[in-house]
Amino acid sequence: MKKLNGAQIMWECIIREGVTEIFGYPGGANIPIFHHLSEYPIRLVLPRHEQGGAHMADGYARASGKVGVAVATSGPGATNLVTGIATAMLDSYPVVFFTGQVSTNLIGYDAFQEVDVVGVTMPITKHNYLVTDVKDLTRIIREAFHIARSGRPGPVLIDLPKDVQVETINWEYDDSPIQLPGYKPTLPIKDQEIDQIVDMINKAKNPVILAGHGVLLSHAMSDLKDFAEKCQIPIALTLLGIGCIPATHPLNLGMMGMHGEAWVNQAIQEADLLVALGMRFDDRVTGNLKTFAPGAKKIHIDIAQSELNKNVKVDLALVADLGKTLRLLQPLVESADRSEWIDYIHNIRKDTGKRDIKNHQSEKLHAAHVITDISKLADPDAIVVTDVGQNQMWTAQYFSREKPFSFISSGGLGTMGFGLPAAIGAKVACPDVEVWCIAGDGGFQMTQAELQTLKQENLKINIAVLNNGYLGMVRQWQELFFAKNYSGTPLTSPDFVKIAEAHGLKGIRVTKRVDIEKAVLEAQNSEESVLIEFLIDKEDNVYPMVPTGAALDKMIRRPEMVP
Amino acid sequence: MQHTLIALVENKPGVLTRIASLFQRRSFNIDSLTVGRTDNPAISRITIVIDAKNNNAERLTTYLDNLINTVCVEDVTGSAIVSRDLAMVKVNVSPANRSEVIQLVDVFRARIIDVANDSLLIEITGSEEKIEGFIEVLKPFGIIEMVRSGVIAMGRGPDSLGKNTNFMYVNNNGNGIKKKGG
Repeated sequence: MKKLNGAQIMWECIIREGVTEIFGYPGGANIPIFHHLSEYPIRLVLPRHEQGGAHMADGYARASGKVGVAVATSGPGATNLVTGIATAMLDSYPVVFFTGQVSTNLIGYDAFQEVDVVGVTMPITKHNYLVTDVKDLTRIIREAFHIARSGRPGPVLIDLPKDVQVETINWEYDDSPIQLPGYKPTLPIKDQEIDQIVDMINKAKNPVILAGHGVLLSHAMSDLKDFAEKCQIPIALTLLGIGCIPATHPLNLGMMGMHGEAWVNQAIQEADLLVALGMRFDDRVTGNLKTFAPGAKKIHIDIAQSELNKNVKVDLALVADLGKTLRLLQPLVESADRSEWIDYIHNIRKDTGKRDIKNHQSEKLHAAHVITDISKLADPDAIVVTDVGQNQMWTAQYFSREKPFSFISSGGLGTMGFGLPAAIGAKVACPDVEVWCIAGDGGFQMTQAELQTLKQENLKINIAVLNNGYLGMVRQWQELFFAKNYSGTPLTSPDFVKIAEAHGLKGIRVTKRVDIEKAVLEAQNSEESVLIEFLIDKEDNVYPMVPTGAALDKMIRRPEMVP
Repeated sequence: MQHTLIALVENKPGVLTRIASLFQRRSFNIDSLTVGRTDNPAISRITIVIDAKNNNAERLTTYLDNLINTVCVEDVTGSAIVSRDLAMVKVNVSPANRSEVIQLVDVFRARIIDVANDSLLIEITGSEEKIEGFIEVLKPFGIIEMVRSGVIAMGRGPDSLGKNTNFMYVNNNGNGIKKKGG
């Protein structure tokens, strides 16, 4: 038993959850928290904006598989976290956010820097707490971490008033079982459900597996590989599923959806069975729901009951952990030869090579060239973090990864400015891994202040800014659907090379394809973080594209190129 | 179509806000919502009537169940349940029509709980249909004021809600005492 105050108890509990690094920004309402932080073996990374801190904690969780922790003060500090919390929520990642709050006797009086954070973040957290009694703090922190990391992971927020932080009690760590009668993160699997799935799979002639984020969250990568290889079923990936199976695996078709490869979407539309694993039929992935995979029976396995039969009505829905389910199915499914179906898909694939810009020489520098070349030179274990927009889609299409947890991207919320801070978080989580951040000029400007965090923390990452002078993805939509009315999309940028240098980092500018290799090698070999600015073709588009309302296989394709 | 959901939730601050907030952001329309304590001080019981298409009601039940503080939820629409609402109606009366109103009170098995010169305050419990019927017949007399508590519902027969749920009885200090079922 020790005499400790709320702030100390907070760190005692956090340490026992296995946390070794946190991302925090101090303020009036959380000074006691920061004061006592120095008594504990936890590394503090100070961002330049709380949103940056939130994305860092998120990127940390994505790269490490551990729970990320971010700390901010009350009022504006807390509201600055909101975008980061929503990003983690929509992509289902475990991050625990601690916000300072005004003293309990001031709550509700519009005190200085007071905001109802619990109210504001209720819709975007898996759960949240306002601690009113320091005796509840240990239980609350233990519950918060448990909720964040179990079942379908998600962000949890704890609002900690200042008087609770400084109140002292006799404290002892209570590790009795967590009591959450309303929380059932896992359910048992029934035998007849397994038998039905086995039967449907064995009977299918043209099946496709749709593999999403759940495969990674469940650590079911090798289970998926074994299963797919035994039944010889090709696999299409969602954006967040990238990496769950190596890019070069013969059964890996590639990414599906709005900017997925044409052959993948076509295969899905023509399949007779879809096995959806840990994905949620997001509208970016299905195209028009009324015409989605019309001839296919559908099996949907996910840990989140609320996703089953939500967007797409399926023939068999199973709430279960993916790894467990695949291991149960493995001995029961028949080995099959589906070479006719697989060859058919490969034949559709053949024609795409002609249209793919990465295979063409050009005077202009195309993002496809940049990403392909970086991808070839990057370490096989490297982690790539994207921002949002065209840069994100091109990276998904061209930055080929063989390992899981090596592709980090804001999918559900699509938050611009995510790239740089998330890459910082990933580097803190994996200091010995090569980290690449790919961003556009728009998104990069949103959080570029975090370059200074790289400097202060002595972190080395490689940043590629694809600069086309536009908010590229919006401009693309304006070109294709709004008669090229580029309203609000042309944007100027500062001299990114000078910005990098102003932050004490290195900056390089590339304008021609032949210069890419030299710049990348220079970046990799430099001790400090390097920003490479690529001046790319201004009006290049991401192809293929499934326009809103169109069926998944009615894609807009790049006009065929003359070789 | 109207759906009736019954839920057992932890009796903790803010739980009702969470539920109301859930409805708002998933765009569901609440027709009535009641919450009250149960014999277990750690658990409150909520009865909700919503206006939803079939599939939406199923989704909503899942979302409600997903909330950390919800112990169990059941959509009891169409199953064997008893549902009751309570209304207090203050109606205009004159010496001429007072006895007529009193007769209606008897017919509907309601009770007069306050009497004034020109008004009667009537309390009535019953199914929604009964209450709506009573209000209809009172309208011609002139309704001064009325309030309804909202629907509460319970399944007929010996089973209880959450009977198959294994939950613990937890008091507010977080000290747990194990207790099975409902």
